[in-house]
Amino acid sequence: MSFSIVISTGSRVPIYKQISDQVRQAVVTGRLAVDDQLPSVRALAEELVVNPNTIAHAYADLTRDGLIESRAGRGVFITRKRKVFTPEEAWRRLEPLIDAAVGEAMALNFTHQQLKDAFEKKLGQWKQVKGGKPDNE
Amino acid sequence: MNEQPVILTRGLTRYFGGKPAVEGLNLEVPRGSVFAFLGRNGSGKTTTIRLLLGLLQPTRGEGAILGHDIRHLPTQARARIGYLTEEHQLYGWMSVKECGDFQSQFYPRWNEKIFRGVVGHFHLRMTSRVKDLSRGERAGLSLGLTLAPEPELLIMDDPTQGLDPVACRSLVESMIYLTRRSDRTIFFSSHQLADVERVADYIAILDRSVLRVCCPLETFRKSVQQVKLRFPGPPPPLPEIPGLLQAFRSEGELRLTCVNYNGATEQALRALAPVEMERVPISLEDAFISYLGERGEKSFILSETEAQP
Repeated sequence: MSFSIVISTGSRVPIYKQISDQVRQAVVTGRLAVDDQLPSVRALAEELVVNPNTIAHAYADLTRDGLIESRAGRGVFITRKRKVFTPEEAWRRLEPLIDAAVGEAMALNFTHQQLKDAFEKKLGQWKQVKGGKPDNE
Repeated sequence: MNEQPVILTRGLTRYFGGKPAVEGLNLEVPRGSVFAFLGRNGSGKTTTIRLLLGLLQPTRGEGAILGHDIRHLPTQARARIGYLTEEHQLYGWMSVKECGDFQSQFYPRWNEKIFRGVVGHFHLRMTSRVKDLSRGERAGLSLGLTLAPEPELLIMDDPTQGLDPVACRSLVESMIYLTRRSDRTIFFSSHQLADVERVADYIAILDRSVLRVCCPLETFRKSVQQVKLRFPGPPPPLPEIPGLLQAFRSEGELRLTCVNYNGATEQALRALAPVEMERVPISLEDAFISYLGERGEKSFILSETEAQP
């Protein structure tokens, strides 16, 4: 499995959230697939050198959101793909990226129309790759 | 699981020559927790630890450790507590193995496997003489000697002080390893907030002899928040904001760090009529510094056991 979690101390983001965010990200981008196994709480705690309760907290959040499940006696697995983020959370993540892009475009003197065209073009490219199918559910 | 706290103090107070070193301490350490005891130099951490171990008598107040009164700690209880200090009694002429053999005679429950495991983790050779060990290696040996009797409660006074990053990490790894047994409690003082963030599930903060925080680490992080307020012009003067710890003002922006952020805080901030208001999380270190910084008010106490003011 090419997936590994990296945490940093001193961040604004608590460690449990860094872990759950990275698992979410890996599921969204396909680096983790359905039925892939995650390390046990104990194993990940010792690997990352963090308190096992912190790992348990991250796993509890991911379980609550339906991303992972614990299968008796076998370990922790990625579940069937569902909505990974709540709509509010999804928007909270997207908005700063849009702000940054629009801000940069304004600073570089792009017109509104140019920006809209560029956006449409990108969406078109993405549609080709994904076959235009909504990827949730 | 035993619900009785491993360490419990009520109004624990110690004066030195008319000056309080620890004042009215109400500390509660749950069994199985990794508990970080924080505070600036001279805030009373070492005095507290010495009081808990019965090495100092309290001026007032009371305390219990593993259910025993700290003023009359029986030997059997003492044997269940591991205490790691910098001045661990080590004889320079002994080898690592001899230190283990010597120490083991004082403990009926000596686990040689643990001793060798910890010592090996710090890359020590059993034949090395104590006098030839580096500071980090000595720390590893002390830790091995402290952990081999399998203490139910491990108390460490600033264990990473003076250690290089590799030795520090070995020590933190040993702490994580200890949590394999869910009934083992670790109580340690430290200034290394990065380590605290990794291993602690509870924290207490002492500030000038007074305990100001005693709660889960996560509760502390959630209750200290930063709010960014944007204004079209210079920010207005600040009225009384409940829970305000720190305020930074700049051109058109006000950045406030608040504790116990709630509806009342929100209302007071909205009354300033900002064009934009955003709550941003802050790092553990920033939260800690805001909490103990000179500008902060001193009346906020975060505790699970006491009513919030």
